[in-house]
Amino acid sequence: MGTRIFFRFFLYLLLSLLALVYLIPLLVMLSTSFKSIEEIRSGNIMQLPMVWDVSGWEKAWSTACIGISCLGVHNYFLNSVKFVIPAVLLSTLMGALNGYVLTQWKFKGSNYWFGMMLFGCFIPFQAVLIPAATVLGKLGLSDNVGGLILVHVAYGLGFTTLFFRNYYSVFPSELVSAGKMDGAGFFRIFTRILLPNSGPILVITIIWQFTNVWNDFLFGASFTSGMNSPITVALNNLVNSTTGAKEYNVDMAGKYFIRGLLAGSVKG
Amino acid sequence: MSFLKIDGVSKNFGKTHILKNIQLDLEKGSFLVLVGPSGCGKTTLLNIISGLEKESSGNIFLNGKKMNDLPAAKRDIAMVFQSYALYPNMTVAENITFGLEMRKVPKGIIAQKLREVSLVLKIDHLLKRKPAQLSGGQRQRVAMGRAIVRDPLLFLFDEPLSNLDAKLRLDMRMEIKKLHKNLNVTVVYVTHDQVEAMTLADQIAVMNGGEVEQVGSPFDIYYNPINMFTSSFMGSPSMNYLRAGVEKVGSGYKLMVMDLENQVECPLSNPPSAIDQYIGKEIILGLRPEAILLKKMETASFQKKVEVVEMTGAESYLLLLMDKKEVLVKVETSESIQPNQSYDFYIDSSRAVLFDPVSQKNLKAMA
Repeated sequence: MGTRIFFRFFLYLLLSLLALVYLIPLLVMLSTSFKSIEEIRSGNIMQLPMVWDVSGWEKAWSTACIGISCLGVHNYFLNSVKFVIPAVLLSTLMGALNGYVLTQWKFKGSNYWFGMMLFGCFIPFQAVLIPAATVLGKLGLSDNVGGLILVHVAYGLGFTTLFFRNYYSVFPSELVSAGKMDGAGFFRIFTRILLPNSGPILVITIIWQFTNVWNDFLFGASFTSGMNSPITVALNNLVNSTTGAKEYNVDMAGKYFIRGLLAGSVKG
Repeated sequence: MSFLKIDGVSKNFGKTHILKNIQLDLEKGSFLVLVGPSGCGKTTLLNIISGLEKESSGNIFLNGKKMNDLPAAKRDIAMVFQSYALYPNMTVAENITFGLEMRKVPKGIIAQKLREVSLVLKIDHLLKRKPAQLSGGQRQRVAMGRAIVRDPLLFLFDEPLSNLDAKLRLDMRMEIKKLHKNLNVTVVYVTHDQVEAMTLADQIAVMNGGEVEQVGSPFDIYYNPINMFTSSFMGSPSMNYLRAGVEKVGSGYKLMVMDLENQVECPLSNPPSAIDQYIGKEIILGLRPEAILLKKMETASFQKKVEVVEMTGAESYLLLLMDKKEVLVKVETSESIQPNQSYDFYIDSSRAVLFDPVSQKNLKAMA
C-alpha cells in the first residue's frame, strides 16, 4: 500500500514536470507580453514581469500598425470570428448529414461516394489554390468572408464526413428502424434520434474544424487582402512588417489572440 | 380477404434467395409466430411486412389495403425490436409518445394515452427515467408500451425475449400472451425458440431455407408435423427417428423396428392411407420422447439399458442407445430408475409419426 502511494506520487510529479516543460513556450510568450520593452531587453527571458504592463496587449488589439492602417488586430480578429463560426457549423452539420446518409440510407454506389470524399482529405491545400480562386472569382466571392466560408466548408467536408460516417456506422440501425416505424421521416430521424446521440463526435468534429479553420493561413492569405484578412494573416503582417525595433510584447500578445482561443480545446 | 395477406412474397439479394414465394394469411386478432432456425428468412419476412425492407416480388395486403408502396412510417404497424431500440436521449415518456407526436396527435390525447398505457404495463413510476436507467424487463415493457400506445393495425415482434434471462423470459412471455388476449390485437411474432412459439401462437409458421414448411395451430404442428424438418424443429427434446419395416398382418399392419437388436414388432393402430405403398419397404418411425413408455405389458416391449438419467423435475429424460443412435424417453421421475440398468419399454404406436425415408414427408400428408 505504502509503495503504491509512493509510486503514484512520483508518477504525478514526473507528469507535472513534463507538462511544465511542454508549457514553457506558452508561459514565456504570455509573460513577455506583459513586460515593457525595456524589461524585455534587459531581463531574463524566463523571468516573470517585474511590472505587469498591459500596453503590449492594448497596442496589439487596437493601435498596432498592419500595413498602412494602425488599428491593431481587433478587426481581423472579428473577420476570423465571422467566417470561422459559420464555416465550422456548416461543415460539421453537413458532415453529420453525409454520415447519416452514407450509413443509414445507403444507396447504390454510396461507398464509392464516400471513397471520393475521403480522397478529398488527401488533396494538399496548395493544389487547389488556383482552381479555387477561379471558382470564387466566378461566383463573385473573392476577397470576401463568404468565399472563405465556402472554401473551408468544401475542404472540411471530407474530414467531417469521415468522422460522422464512422461514428454512425456503429450506430444501432434498429433505432433508425424504430424511428421509421414511429412515423418519423428522413430529417426527423436525423434531428431527433441521430443528432441528440452524437455528443462525442460533435465535440470532436467541432474542435477539429475550429482548430483547422482558425489556424488556416494559406486560404486567408490567398483569397483575401487588406482589411478583409483573417487574424492569422494580420498577425503575420504585424510581426513581419514592423520597421525598427521589434516590439516583442505586442507580437506575443497578438499571437495569444490565436492561441488563447484554442487553449484547453484540443484535449476534447 | 384475410386481415393480413402475404401473397407470393420473394426476396433475393443477387442470386441468393432469402424468401421463396411466401404465402400466408392471418385473421384479425390472431397471433402468428414465425419460427425457424437462424437464416431461415423469418426476420426478413417481418421486415418486409413492416416496410423496412422491400420485397423483390409478391404483394402484401393489410386490412384490404395493398402495402407494397407504402413506407414503414405510413403502414400503421408497430414493431418491438430485439434490442428494444429505445431512444437513449429521450425519457420513457418521450419514448412512448414519440410515435404519436410524429403523427401529430393532439397533446391532451397523448398525455391521456400515455397514462393508460403506462398503467397497463406498470411502468407509470418510470416515466421520467432514461432507458439506460432501466432493467432489461423494464426496457422490454417500455418497448411494448411504445407499440401499444399507437393502437396500430398490426404488431410485429422481432425476438423480443431473447435478451432476457430465463426467469424474466417466462414472465414476459405470459405478459405478452395476456396483452394479446386483453387488447385483442393482431400479432406477427418472430422467434427461433420453439417453446416460445408453441406457448404464444394460435398459428405457427415453421420456416426453413426461405420457405414456409408448415402453417398450423401449435397442436397440429406438434402432433401432425408435415415433414421431418418440422417434427425435429418443433418439440424439445427433439423427436427420435428409428428405421422400421412395414408388414401387413391380416387386415392390419405392423412395424418392424430395425434399430433394435431383436427386431421389435409394433402393431399400427391407425395406419395412414398411404401405408399400402410401403409394405415390405423401409420407413422412418418418428417417436416423440413421450411416445416411448416405460411399462411391462403390451406386445412390442423391448428391454434396454438406460445410459443417462436427466431429471428436469416431475419428469425425467432417459437416454437409450439403439444401434448407436441416441433415443430420449420421457418418463415420470422415479427414484427406482437408475442409469446402467435395463428396463422394459414399449412403443405407443398411436403417437408414432411415419415418414417417407426419401422425401422425408409425413405419410399422412401424402396422397
